[in-house]
Amino acid sequence: MTEFPPDAILVVVETRSSGELEKAAPGLFGAAAGVGTPIALVLAAPGAGSAAATEAAGLGAVRVLIAENPDPSELGVPGVDALAAAAEQVQPDAILISHSLNGRDLAGRYAARSRAAVSADAIGVSRDDLGVVAHHSVYGGAYNVTSTSTFGAPVITVRQGSIEARATAQPLASEAWAVTRSEKPAARIDAFEEAVAATSRPELRGAAKVVAGGRGLGSEEQFALVEQLADTLGAAVGASRAAVDAGYIPQAQQVGQTGVSVSSQLYIALGISGAIQHRAGMQTSKMIVAINKDSDAPIFEIADFGVVGDLFKVVPQLISALEARKK
Amino acid sequence: MKIIVLVKEVPDTYGDRKLNLETGLADRGASEAVIDEIGERALELALTYADANEGTEVALLSLAPEGATATIRKGLAMGAGSAIHVSDEALRGADLGLTAETLAAAVRRVGFDLVITGNVSTDGSGGMIPAMLAELLDVPHATGLSSVAISDGGVSGSRPVDAGVQTVSAKLPAVISITEALPGARFPNFKGIMAAKKKPLELLTLADLGITADNPEAARSIMLTVAERPPRAAGVKIIDEGDAGEKLADFLVENRLA
Repeated sequence: MTEFPPDAILVVVETRSSGELEKAAPGLFGAAAGVGTPIALVLAAPGAGSAAATEAAGLGAVRVLIAENPDPSELGVPGVDALAAAAEQVQPDAILISHSLNGRDLAGRYAARSRAAVSADAIGVSRDDLGVVAHHSVYGGAYNVTSTSTFGAPVITVRQGSIEARATAQPLASEAWAVTRSEKPAARIDAFEEAVAATSRPELRGAAKVVAGGRGLGSEEQFALVEQLADTLGAAVGASRAAVDAGYIPQAQQVGQTGVSVSSQLYIALGISGAIQHRAGMQTSKMIVAINKDSDAPIFEIADFGVVGDLFKVVPQLISALEARKK
Repeated sequence: MKIIVLVKEVPDTYGDRKLNLETGLADRGASEAVIDEIGERALELALTYADANEGTEVALLSLAPEGATATIRKGLAMGAGSAIHVSDEALRGADLGLTAETLAAAVRRVGFDLVITGNVSTDGSGGMIPAMLAELLDVPHATGLSSVAISDGGVSGSRPVDAGVQTVSAKLPAVISITEALPGARFPNFKGIMAAKKKPLELLTLADLGITADNPEAARSIMLTVAERPPRAAGVKIIDEGDAGEKLADFLVENRLA
Protein backbone atom coordinates (compact mmCIF):
# COMPACT_ATOMS: atom_id res chain seq x y z
CA MET A 1 0.00 0.00 0.00
CA THR A 2 1.40 3.36 -0.96
CA GLU A 3 1.67 6.16 1.54
CA PHE A 4 -1.16 8.59 1.94
CA PRO A 5 -0.36 12.26 1.30
CA PRO A 6 0.75 14.20 4.41
CA ASP A 7 -1.98 16.81 3.91
CA ALA A 8 -4.77 14.24 3.44
CA ILE A 9 -8.34 15.31 4.20
CA LEU A 10 -10.52 12.26 4.75
CA VAL A 11 -13.98 12.81 3.23
CA VAL A 12 -16.59 10.27 4.31
CA VAL A 13 -19.56 9.88 1.99
CA GLU A 14 -22.36 7.32 1.84
CA THR A 15 -24.34 6.03 -1.11
CA ARG A 16 -28.06 6.60 -1.54
CA SER A 17 -30.49 3.81 -2.32
CA SER A 18 -30.06 4.69 -6.01
CA GLY A 19 -26.35 3.83 -5.64
CA GLU A 20 -25.25 7.41 -6.25
CA LEU A 21 -23.28 9.34 -3.65
CA GLU A 22 -25.20 11.51 -1.20
CA LYS A 23 -26.05 15.00 -2.42
CA ALA A 24 -23.60 16.71 -0.08
CA ALA A 25 -20.62 14.90 -1.71
CA PRO A 26 -19.57 17.59 -4.27
CA GLY A 27 -19.42 20.27 -1.57
CA LEU A 28 -17.46 18.04 0.82
CA PHE A 29 -14.79 17.30 -1.81
CA GLY A 30 -14.78 20.97 -2.80
CA ALA A 31 -14.15 22.01 0.80
CA ALA A 32 -11.48 19.31 1.24
CA ALA A 33 -9.57 20.32 -1.90
CA GLY A 34 -9.30 23.87 -0.55
CA VAL A 35 -7.33 22.75 2.51
CA GLY A 36 -5.50 19.58 1.44
CA THR A 37 -5.63 16.41 -0.64
CA PRO A 38 -9.09 14.80 -0.64
CA ILE A 39 -9.10 11.08 0.15
CA ALA A 40 -12.55 9.47 0.05
CA LEU A 41 -13.98 6.81 2.28
CA VAL A 42 -17.10 5.59 0.48
CA LEU A 43 -19.65 3.78 2.65
CA ALA A 44 -21.55 1.80 0.05
CA ALA A 45 -24.35 -0.70 -0.13
CA PRO A 46 -23.19 -4.14 -1.32
CA GLY A 47 -22.31 -3.95 -5.03
CA ALA A 48 -22.54 -0.16 -5.20
CA GLY A 49 -18.91 0.51 -4.31
CA SER A 50 -17.13 0.68 -7.66
CA ALA A 51 -19.63 3.01 -9.33
CA ALA A 52 -19.59 5.24 -6.26
CA ALA A 53 -15.78 5.27 -6.30
CA THR A 54 -15.79 6.47 -9.91
CA GLU A 55 -18.21 9.21 -8.91
CA ALA A 56 -16.00 10.19 -5.95
CA ALA A 57 -12.90 10.45 -8.18
CA GLY A 58 -14.91 12.60 -10.59
CA LEU A 59 -15.71 14.91 -7.68
CA GLY A 60 -12.05 15.26 -6.72
CA ALA A 61 -10.99 12.30 -4.57
CA VAL A 62 -7.31 11.54 -5.21
CA ARG A 63 -7.76 8.09 -3.67
CA VAL A 64 -10.92 6.20 -2.83
CA LEU A 65 -11.32 3.60 -0.10
CA ILE A 66 -14.43 1.51 -0.74
CA ALA A 67 -16.12 0.07 2.36
CA GLU A 68 -19.07 -2.05 1.28
CA ASN A 69 -21.22 -2.93 4.23
CA PRO A 70 -22.17 -6.62 4.07
CA ASP A 71 -25.17 -6.06 6.34
CA PRO A 72 -26.79 -2.77 5.34
CA SER A 73 -29.62 -3.26 7.84
CA GLU A 74 -27.25 -2.45 10.68
CA LEU A 75 -27.63 1.21 11.61
CA GLY A 76 -24.51 3.34 11.83
CA VAL A 77 -21.99 1.12 13.58
CA PRO A 78 -20.33 -0.46 10.48
CA GLY A 79 -19.61 3.02 9.11
CA VAL A 80 -17.92 4.00 12.37
CA ASP A 81 -15.78 0.84 12.25
CA ALA A 82 -14.75 1.66 8.67
CA LEU A 83 -13.94 5.27 9.53
CA ALA A 84 -11.91 4.32 12.61
CA ALA A 85 -9.76 1.98 10.51
CA ALA A 86 -9.42 4.49 7.66
CA ALA A 87 -8.42 7.37 9.93
CA GLU A 88 -5.77 5.15 11.49
CA GLN A 89 -4.23 4.42 8.06
CA VAL A 90 -4.68 7.75 6.34
CA GLN A 91 -3.67 9.92 9.34
CA PRO A 92 -5.58 12.88 7.86
CA ASP A 93 -5.34 16.52 8.89
CA ALA A 94 -9.15 16.64 9.15
CA ILE A 95 -12.19 14.44 8.61
CA LEU A 96 -15.12 15.94 6.71
CA ILE A 97 -18.64 14.47 6.95
CA SER A 98 -22.04 15.84 5.96
CA HIS A 99 -24.09 17.36 8.80
CA SER A 100 -26.98 15.04 7.85
CA LEU A 101 -28.65 12.77 10.41
CA ASN A 102 -26.45 9.82 9.41
CA GLY A 103 -23.39 12.06 9.15
CA ARG A 104 -23.94 13.43 12.66
CA ASP A 105 -24.31 9.95 14.09
CA LEU A 106 -21.15 8.80 12.32
CA ALA A 107 -19.12 11.82 13.41
CA GLY A 108 -20.41 11.66 16.98
CA ARG A 109 -19.79 7.96 17.45
CA TYR A 110 -16.37 8.09 15.82
CA ALA A 111 -15.28 11.11 17.88
CA ALA A 112 -16.49 9.49 21.11
CA ARG A 113 -14.65 6.28 20.26
CA SER A 114 -11.36 7.88 19.22
CA ARG A 115 -11.59 10.86 21.61
CA ALA A 116 -11.23 13.23 18.68
CA ALA A 117 -12.57 16.77 18.75
CA VAL A 118 -15.75 17.57 16.81
CA SER A 119 -16.59 20.81 15.05
CA ALA A 120 -20.29 20.55 14.24
CA ASP A 121 -22.33 22.26 11.54
CA ALA A 122 -19.49 24.07 9.74
CA ILE A 123 -20.23 26.28 6.76
CA GLY A 124 -16.61 26.38 5.58
CA VAL A 125 -13.07 25.22 6.33
CA SER A 126 -9.68 26.92 6.07
CA ARG A 127 -6.13 26.16 7.09
CA ASP A 128 -3.84 28.08 9.43
CA ASP A 129 -0.27 27.32 10.58
CA LEU A 130 -1.47 24.69 13.01
CA GLY A 131 -4.10 22.84 11.06
CA VAL A 132 -7.60 22.85 9.66
CA VAL A 133 -10.09 25.35 11.05
CA ALA A 134 -13.88 25.07 10.85
CA HIS A 135 -16.09 28.12 10.28
CA HIS A 136 -19.54 28.25 11.82
CA SER A 137 -22.51 30.54 11.65
CA VAL A 138 -24.27 30.36 15.02
CA TYR A 139 -27.49 31.61 16.60
CA GLY A 140 -29.15 31.71 13.21
CA GLY A 141 -26.33 33.58 11.55
CA ALA A 142 -25.97 36.32 14.16
CA TYR A 143 -22.37 35.34 14.92
CA ASN A 144 -19.43 33.95 12.97
CA VAL A 145 -17.26 31.55 14.95
CA THR A 146 -14.16 29.52 14.09
CA SER A 147 -13.08 26.37 15.89
CA THR A 148 -10.44 23.69 15.76
CA SER A 149 -8.99 20.78 17.69
CA THR A 150 -6.50 21.06 20.58
CA PHE A 151 -4.56 18.26 18.86
CA GLY A 152 -5.22 15.58 16.26
CA ALA A 153 -7.47 15.82 13.23
CA PRO A 154 -10.76 17.62 13.90
CA VAL A 155 -13.92 15.79 12.85
CA ILE A 156 -15.91 18.43 10.98
CA THR A 157 -19.53 18.06 9.92
CA VAL A 158 -20.43 20.39 7.08
CA ARG A 159 -23.88 21.97 6.73
CA GLN A 160 -25.62 20.68 3.63
CA GLY A 161 -25.65 23.12 0.73
CA SER A 162 -23.21 25.55 2.40
CA ILE A 163 -20.15 24.94 0.20
CA GLU A 164 -20.09 26.34 -3.31
CA ALA A 165 -16.49 25.30 -4.15
CA ARG A 166 -15.99 22.19 -6.30
CA ALA A 167 -12.81 20.14 -6.71
CA THR A 168 -11.13 19.15 -9.98
CA ALA A 169 -11.89 15.61 -11.18
CA GLN A 170 -9.14 13.06 -10.54
CA PRO A 171 -8.18 9.80 -12.25
CA LEU A 172 -9.72 6.85 -10.43
CA ALA A 173 -7.47 5.22 -7.83
CA SER A 174 -9.56 3.00 -5.60
CA GLU A 175 -9.10 0.06 -3.29
CA ALA A 176 -11.47 -2.17 -1.36
CA TRP A 177 -11.42 -1.34 2.31
CA ALA A 178 -11.82 -4.44 4.45
CA VAL A 179 -12.90 -3.64 7.99
CA THR A 180 -12.68 -5.59 11.20
CA ARG A 181 -16.03 -5.18 12.89
CA SER A 182 -16.25 -3.82 16.40
CA GLU A 183 -19.33 -5.98 17.11
CA LYS A 184 -20.80 -3.05 19.03
CA PRO A 185 -24.59 -3.33 19.36
CA ALA A 186 -26.50 -1.46 16.67
CA ALA A 187 -30.12 -0.70 15.87
CA ARG A 188 -31.58 -2.42 12.81
CA ILE A 189 -33.18 -0.91 9.76
CA ASP A 190 -36.23 -3.14 9.27
CA ALA A 191 -37.70 -1.32 6.29
CA PHE A 192 -37.04 1.64 4.05
CA GLU A 193 -39.56 3.63 2.13
CA GLU A 194 -38.04 5.86 -0.49
CA ALA A 195 -39.45 9.36 -0.58
CA VAL A 196 -41.42 9.68 -3.77
CA ALA A 197 -40.89 13.18 -5.04
CA ALA A 198 -44.47 14.37 -5.33
CA THR A 199 -43.31 17.28 -7.42
CA SER A 200 -40.18 18.19 -9.28
CA ARG A 201 -39.75 21.02 -6.80
CA PRO A 202 -36.29 21.25 -5.21
CA GLU A 203 -35.77 20.13 -1.65
CA LEU A 204 -35.90 22.95 0.92
CA ARG A 205 -32.62 22.10 2.61
CA GLY A 206 -29.79 23.38 0.47
CA ALA A 207 -32.13 25.02 -2.08
CA ALA A 208 -30.73 27.90 -4.16
CA LYS A 209 -34.10 29.67 -4.19
CA VAL A 210 -36.86 29.53 -1.61
CA VAL A 211 -40.37 30.98 -1.62
CA ALA A 212 -41.85 30.90 1.88
CA GLY A 213 -45.33 31.71 3.11
CA GLY A 214 -46.65 32.82 6.48
CA ARG A 215 -49.91 33.35 8.26
CA GLY A 216 -50.69 36.14 5.78
CA LEU A 217 -51.69 33.47 3.25
CA GLY A 218 -54.82 32.99 5.32
CA SER A 219 -55.71 29.38 4.49
CA GLU A 220 -54.38 26.08 3.23
CA GLU A 221 -56.09 26.66 -0.15
CA GLN A 222 -54.59 30.11 -0.56
CA PHE A 223 -51.15 28.77 0.36
CA ALA A 224 -51.13 27.34 -3.19
CA LEU A 225 -50.07 30.83 -4.31
CA VAL A 226 -46.69 30.26 -2.60
CA GLU A 227 -46.31 27.01 -4.53
CA GLN A 228 -47.22 28.69 -7.83
CA LEU A 229 -44.55 31.36 -7.40
CA ALA A 230 -42.05 28.71 -6.30
CA ASP A 231 -42.73 26.68 -9.45
CA THR A 232 -42.39 29.76 -11.64
CA LEU A 233 -38.95 30.41 -10.17
CA GLY A 234 -37.88 26.78 -9.79
CA ALA A 235 -37.70 27.39 -6.04
CA ALA A 236 -38.31 25.26 -2.97
CA VAL A 237 -41.32 25.94 -0.75
CA GLY A 238 -40.86 27.02 2.86
CA ALA A 239 -43.09 28.35 5.61
CA SER A 240 -43.03 30.24 8.87
CA ARG A 241 -43.92 28.47 12.07
CA ALA A 242 -47.21 30.37 12.17
CA ALA A 243 -48.20 28.89 8.81
CA VAL A 244 -47.23 25.40 9.97
CA ASP A 245 -49.11 25.77 13.24
CA ALA A 246 -52.16 26.98 11.31
CA GLY A 247 -52.00 23.76 9.28
CA TYR A 248 -51.35 25.36 5.88
CA ILE A 249 -48.33 23.13 5.22
CA PRO A 250 -46.47 20.21 6.86
CA GLN A 251 -43.85 20.86 9.51
CA ALA A 252 -41.06 19.56 7.26
CA GLN A 253 -41.26 22.86 5.35
CA GLN A 254 -40.75 25.05 8.41
CA VAL A 255 -37.92 27.53 8.12
CA GLY A 256 -36.51 28.89 11.35
CA GLN A 257 -34.68 28.20 14.52
CA THR A 258 -36.77 25.09 15.17
CA GLY A 259 -36.91 23.94 11.58
CA VAL A 260 -34.78 24.02 8.48
CA SER A 261 -32.03 26.65 8.17
CA VAL A 262 -31.51 27.90 4.64
CA SER A 263 -28.81 30.06 3.08
CA SER A 264 -30.30 30.45 -0.35
CA GLN A 265 -29.34 32.78 -3.20
CA LEU A 266 -32.91 34.14 -3.18
CA TYR A 267 -35.43 34.04 -0.34
CA ILE A 268 -38.91 35.41 -0.94
CA ALA A 269 -41.04 35.84 2.20
CA LEU A 270 -44.79 36.16 1.54
CA GLY A 271 -47.04 37.28 4.38
CA ILE A 272 -44.32 36.55 6.93
CA SER A 273 -43.86 39.16 9.66
CA GLY A 274 -40.29 38.06 10.36
CA ALA A 275 -40.16 37.06 14.02
CA ILE A 276 -36.62 36.43 15.29
CA GLN A 277 -37.45 32.73 15.34
CA HIS A 278 -38.00 32.77 11.58
CA ARG A 279 -35.21 35.18 10.69
CA ALA A 280 -32.72 32.91 12.47
CA GLY A 281 -33.36 30.28 9.81
CA MET A 282 -33.06 32.45 6.70
CA GLN A 283 -31.19 35.71 7.30
CA THR A 284 -27.93 34.41 5.83
CA SER A 285 -29.64 34.17 2.43
CA LYS A 286 -27.94 36.34 -0.20
CA MET A 287 -31.01 38.19 -1.51
CA ILE A 288 -34.14 38.60 0.59
CA VAL A 289 -37.45 39.79 -0.86
CA ALA A 290 -40.48 40.43 1.36
CA ILE A 291 -44.10 41.11 0.52
CA ASN A 292 -46.31 42.10 3.44
CA LYS A 293 -49.27 44.39 3.95
CA ASP A 294 -47.91 45.64 7.29
CA SER A 295 -45.23 48.24 6.55
CA ASP A 296 -43.87 47.85 10.10
CA ALA A 297 -43.27 44.09 9.77
CA PRO A 298 -39.75 43.29 11.04
CA ILE A 299 -39.02 41.26 7.90
CA PHE A 300 -38.53 44.59 6.05
CA GLU A 301 -35.52 45.36 8.30
CA ILE A 302 -33.54 42.63 6.55
CA ALA A 303 -35.17 42.66 3.11
CA ASP A 304 -33.13 43.76 0.10
CA PHE A 305 -36.39 44.41 -1.75
CA GLY A 306 -39.57 44.97 0.22
CA VAL A 307 -43.08 45.45 -1.11
CA VAL A 308 -45.75 46.87 1.16
CA GLY A 309 -48.93 45.59 -0.37
CA ASP A 310 -51.55 42.91 -0.75
CA LEU A 311 -49.75 39.70 -1.66
CA PHE A 312 -52.88 38.37 -3.37
CA LYS A 313 -52.52 41.23 -5.88
CA VAL A 314 -48.73 41.52 -6.08
CA VAL A 315 -47.86 37.81 -6.38
CA PRO A 316 -50.20 36.96 -9.30
CA GLN A 317 -48.90 40.02 -11.14
CA LEU A 318 -45.32 38.94 -10.37
CA ILE A 319 -46.01 35.42 -11.68
CA SER A 320 -47.48 36.65 -14.96
CA ALA A 321 -44.69 39.22 -15.37
CA LEU A 322 -42.08 36.48 -14.87
CA GLU A 323 -43.92 34.17 -17.29
CA ALA A 324 -44.03 36.99 -19.87
CA ARG A 325 -40.30 37.60 -19.58
CA LYS A 326 -39.56 33.91 -20.07
CA LYS A 327 -41.14 33.99 -23.52
CA MET B 1 -38.24 0.17 33.01
CA LYS B 2 -35.98 3.09 33.77
CA ILE B 3 -36.04 5.97 31.33
CA ILE B 4 -33.61 8.89 31.46
CA VAL B 5 -34.62 12.03 29.60
CA LEU B 6 -31.99 14.62 28.72
CA VAL B 7 -33.13 18.20 29.05
CA LYS B 8 -31.14 21.28 28.22
CA GLU B 9 -31.54 24.84 29.35
CA VAL B 10 -31.21 27.14 26.36
CA PRO B 11 -31.74 30.82 25.60
CA ASP B 12 -35.31 31.37 24.46
CA THR B 13 -35.41 31.51 20.65
CA TYR B 14 -38.19 34.08 20.82
CA GLY B 15 -35.77 36.65 22.22
CA ASP B 16 -32.45 38.06 21.06
CA ARG B 17 -29.67 35.61 21.83
CA LYS B 18 -26.16 36.86 22.46
CA LEU B 19 -22.65 35.47 22.62
CA ASN B 20 -20.05 37.12 24.81
CA LEU B 21 -17.52 38.44 22.29
CA GLU B 22 -14.58 37.98 24.68
CA THR B 23 -15.21 34.46 25.89
CA GLY B 24 -17.31 33.22 22.97
CA LEU B 25 -19.72 31.71 25.48
CA ALA B 26 -23.46 32.18 25.59
CA ASP B 27 -24.44 35.38 27.38
CA ARG B 28 -26.98 33.81 29.68
CA GLY B 29 -28.05 37.14 31.09
CA ALA B 30 -29.10 38.46 27.67
CA SER B 31 -32.17 36.32 27.24
CA GLU B 32 -34.61 34.23 29.17
CA ALA B 33 -33.57 30.64 29.89
CA VAL B 34 -36.07 27.90 29.09
CA ILE B 35 -36.04 24.11 28.73
CA ASP B 36 -35.36 23.40 25.09
CA GLU B 37 -38.74 22.56 23.60
CA ILE B 38 -37.46 19.37 22.00
CA GLY B 39 -36.41 18.15 25.47
CA GLU B 40 -39.96 18.75 26.69
CA ARG B 41 -41.23 16.57 23.85
CA ALA B 42 -38.74 13.86 24.86
CA LEU B 43 -40.08 14.06 28.40
CA GLU B 44 -43.65 13.90 27.14
CA LEU B 45 -42.82 10.65 25.32
CA ALA B 46 -41.38 9.13 28.50
CA LEU B 47 -44.33 10.29 30.62
CA THR B 48 -46.87 8.93 28.13
CA TYR B 49 -45.19 5.52 28.39
CA ALA B 50 -45.01 5.78 32.19
CA ASP B 51 -48.73 6.68 32.38
CA ALA B 52 -49.61 3.44 30.59
CA ASN B 53 -47.01 1.20 32.21
CA GLU B 54 -46.85 1.03 35.95
CA GLY B 55 -43.43 0.69 37.47
CA THR B 56 -41.78 2.98 34.94
CA GLU B 57 -39.25 5.37 36.42
CA VAL B 58 -38.59 8.62 34.58
CA ALA B 59 -35.47 10.56 35.56
CA LEU B 60 -34.31 13.89 34.15
CA LEU B 61 -30.67 14.56 33.44
CA SER B 62 -29.34 18.02 32.75
CA LEU B 63 -25.88 19.47 32.44
CA ALA B 64 -26.27 23.15 33.16
CA PRO B 65 -25.01 26.07 35.25
CA GLU B 66 -26.04 26.13 38.87
CA GLY B 67 -28.89 28.56 38.27
CA ALA B 68 -30.75 26.10 36.05
CA THR B 69 -32.60 24.47 38.93
CA ALA B 70 -35.83 26.28 38.08
CA THR B 71 -36.04 24.86 34.57
CA ILE B 72 -35.25 21.36 35.87
CA ARG B 73 -38.00 21.72 38.49
CA LYS B 74 -40.39 22.44 35.64
CA GLY B 75 -39.63 18.97 34.26
CA LEU B 76 -40.32 17.47 37.67
CA ALA B 77 -43.59 19.40 37.82
CA MET B 78 -44.57 17.90 34.46
CA GLY B 79 -44.22 14.46 36.01
CA ALA B 80 -40.64 13.16 36.02
CA GLY B 81 -39.85 11.24 39.23
CA SER B 82 -36.36 12.52 39.93
CA ALA B 83 -33.62 14.65 38.45
CA ILE B 84 -29.85 14.78 38.23
CA HIS B 85 -28.29 18.17 37.67
CA VAL B 86 -24.61 18.08 36.75
CA SER B 87 -22.96 21.42 37.36
CA ASP B 88 -19.29 22.32 37.60
CA GLU B 89 -17.23 25.42 36.87
CA ALA B 90 -14.91 23.24 34.78
CA LEU B 91 -17.83 22.51 32.44
CA ARG B 92 -18.12 26.15 31.39
CA GLY B 93 -17.70 26.15 27.61
CA ALA B 94 -17.48 22.33 27.52
CA ASP B 95 -17.24 20.94 23.97
CA LEU B 96 -19.29 18.03 22.65
CA GLY B 97 -16.70 15.46 23.73
CA LEU B 98 -16.56 16.55 27.37
CA THR B 99 -20.33 17.01 27.47
CA ALA B 100 -20.92 13.48 26.16
CA GLU B 101 -18.39 11.93 28.56
CA THR B 102 -19.99 13.70 31.51
CA LEU B 103 -23.54 12.78 30.51
CA ALA B 104 -22.53 9.15 29.89
CA ALA B 105 -20.98 8.93 33.36
CA ALA B 106 -24.15 10.34 34.92
CA VAL B 107 -26.37 7.95 32.92
CA ARG B 108 -24.25 5.01 34.06
CA ARG B 109 -24.50 6.13 37.65
CA VAL B 110 -28.29 6.36 37.52
CA GLY B 111 -28.72 3.15 35.52
CA PHE B 112 -31.04 2.99 32.49
CA ASP B 113 -33.01 0.95 30.01
CA LEU B 114 -33.68 3.80 27.64
CA VAL B 115 -32.23 7.29 27.18
CA ILE B 116 -34.45 9.75 25.30
CA THR B 117 -33.10 13.05 23.96
CA GLY B 118 -34.12 15.68 21.46
CA ASN B 119 -32.48 15.37 18.03
CA VAL B 120 -30.90 18.83 17.97
CA SER B 121 -30.77 21.64 20.50
CA THR B 122 -31.81 25.10 19.38
CA ASP B 123 -28.62 26.74 20.62
CA GLY B 124 -25.69 24.46 19.82
CA SER B 125 -27.40 22.64 16.94
CA GLY B 126 -24.67 19.98 16.96
CA GLY B 127 -27.11 17.08 17.11
CA MET B 128 -24.40 14.58 18.01
CA ILE B 129 -24.79 13.96 21.73
CA PRO B 130 -27.24 11.02 21.25
CA ALA B 131 -24.83 9.04 19.03
CA MET B 132 -21.86 9.95 21.21
CA LEU B 133 -23.71 8.75 24.30
CA ALA B 134 -24.64 5.47 22.59
CA GLU B 135 -21.01 4.87 21.69
CA LEU B 136 -19.77 5.64 25.21
CA LEU B 137 -22.51 3.51 26.81
CA ASP B 138 -21.95 0.68 24.32
CA VAL B 139 -25.60 0.52 23.27
CA PRO B 140 -27.46 0.99 19.95
CA HIS B 141 -28.63 4.44 18.82
CA ALA B 142 -31.82 5.18 16.94
CA THR B 143 -31.74 8.88 16.17
CA GLY B 144 -34.07 11.43 14.62
CA LEU B 145 -37.24 9.40 15.22
CA SER B 146 -40.49 10.99 14.06
CA SER B 147 -42.60 8.31 15.77
CA VAL B 148 -41.68 5.97 18.61
CA ALA B 149 -43.06 2.74 20.06
CA ILE B 150 -41.51 1.58 23.33
CA SER B 151 -42.03 -2.02 24.43
CA ASP B 152 -40.68 -4.07 27.29
CA GLY B 153 -37.43 -5.07 25.69
CA GLY B 154 -37.14 -2.80 22.70
CA VAL B 155 -37.84 0.46 20.97
CA SER B 156 -38.79 1.12 17.37
CA GLY B 157 -39.85 4.02 15.21
CA SER B 158 -39.74 5.93 11.94
CA ARG B 159 -36.48 7.60 11.04
CA PRO B 160 -36.70 10.15 8.21
CA VAL B 161 -33.39 10.44 6.36
CA ASP B 162 -32.47 12.47 3.28
CA ALA B 163 -33.80 9.97 0.76
CA GLY B 164 -36.83 8.53 2.52
CA VAL B 165 -38.04 7.03 5.78
CA GLN B 166 -36.47 4.09 7.58
CA THR B 167 -38.28 1.89 10.07
CA VAL B 168 -35.75 1.08 12.76
CA SER B 169 -35.71 -0.99 15.94
CA ALA B 170 -33.28 -1.61 18.75
CA LYS B 171 -33.07 -3.84 21.76
CA LEU B 172 -32.87 -2.14 25.14
CA PRO B 173 -30.80 -0.67 26.61
CA ALA B 174 -30.59 1.97 23.90
CA VAL B 175 -30.34 5.69 23.22
CA ILE B 176 -32.94 7.36 21.02
CA SER B 177 -33.45 10.93 19.86
CA ILE B 178 -36.73 12.37 18.65
CA THR B 179 -37.83 15.10 16.25
CA GLU B 180 -40.39 17.87 16.52
CA ALA B 181 -42.94 15.57 14.90
CA LEU B 182 -43.60 14.09 18.35
CA PRO B 183 -46.37 15.59 20.51
CA GLY B 184 -45.70 18.73 22.51
CA ALA B 185 -45.41 18.70 26.26
CA ARG B 186 -48.20 18.72 28.82
CA PHE B 187 -48.51 21.73 31.10
CA PRO B 188 -47.56 21.18 34.71
CA ASN B 189 -50.67 21.43 36.90
CA PHE B 190 -50.83 22.86 40.42
CA LYS B 191 -50.55 19.42 42.02
CA GLY B 192 -47.50 18.65 39.91
CA ILE B 193 -45.85 21.93 40.81
CA MET B 194 -46.38 21.29 44.53
CA ALA B 195 -45.18 17.67 44.23
CA ALA B 196 -42.06 18.74 42.32
CA LYS B 197 -40.75 20.54 45.38
CA LYS B 198 -40.45 17.23 47.23
CA LYS B 199 -39.00 15.16 44.41
CA PRO B 200 -35.32 14.22 44.59
CA LEU B 201 -33.04 16.56 42.67
CA GLU B 202 -29.41 15.54 42.99
CA LEU B 203 -26.64 18.01 42.22
CA LEU B 204 -23.43 16.39 40.97
CA THR B 205 -19.99 17.74 40.14
CA LEU B 206 -17.38 16.30 37.80
CA ALA B 207 -15.50 14.88 40.78
CA ASP B 208 -18.64 12.94 41.79
CA LEU B 209 -18.65 11.40 38.33
CA GLY B 210 -14.91 10.75 38.18
CA ILE B 211 -14.39 12.99 35.14
CA THR B 212 -11.45 15.32 34.61
CA ALA B 213 -12.20 18.22 32.30
CA ASP B 214 -8.61 18.62 31.12
CA ASN B 215 -7.85 14.97 30.40
CA PRO B 216 -4.72 15.14 28.22
CA GLU B 217 -5.72 12.05 26.23
CA ALA B 218 -8.87 13.59 24.81
CA ALA B 219 -8.69 16.15 22.02
CA ARG B 220 -11.07 19.04 22.59
CA SER B 221 -12.73 21.41 20.20
CA ILE B 222 -11.75 24.99 20.95
CA MET B 223 -13.19 28.24 19.70
CA LEU B 224 -10.59 30.37 17.95
CA THR B 225 -12.54 33.49 17.07
CA VAL B 226 -16.01 34.88 17.52
CA ALA B 227 -17.43 37.91 15.77
CA GLU B 228 -20.82 39.47 15.50
CA ARG B 229 -22.09 39.37 11.97
CA PRO B 230 -22.66 42.92 10.74
CA PRO B 231 -26.39 43.58 10.88
CA ARG B 232 -28.14 43.22 7.59
CA ALA B 233 -29.09 46.56 6.16
CA ALA B 234 -32.57 47.03 4.78
CA GLY B 235 -32.70 47.66 1.04
CA VAL B 236 -35.42 49.20 -1.08
CA LYS B 237 -38.97 49.26 0.26
CA ILE B 238 -41.76 50.20 -2.11
CA ILE B 239 -45.45 50.62 -1.51
CA ASP B 240 -47.59 48.84 -4.07
CA GLU B 241 -49.25 51.26 -6.44
CA GLY B 242 -50.58 48.57 -8.69
CA ASP B 243 -47.29 47.75 -10.40
CA ALA B 244 -45.20 46.23 -7.58
CA GLY B 245 -45.35 42.77 -9.15
CA GLU B 246 -43.88 44.16 -12.38
CA LYS B 247 -41.18 46.07 -10.50
CA LEU B 248 -40.25 43.02 -8.49
CA ALA B 249 -40.04 40.92 -11.66
CA ASP B 250 -37.65 43.53 -13.13
CA PHE B 251 -35.57 43.44 -9.97
CA LEU B 252 -35.30 39.64 -10.04
CA VAL B 253 -34.41 39.57 -13.74
CA GLU B 254 -31.78 42.33 -13.31
CA ASN B 255 -30.17 40.33 -10.51
CA ARG B 256 -30.36 37.17 -12.60
CA LEU B 257 -32.52 35.47 -10.02
CA ALA B 258 -35.47 34.69 -12.28
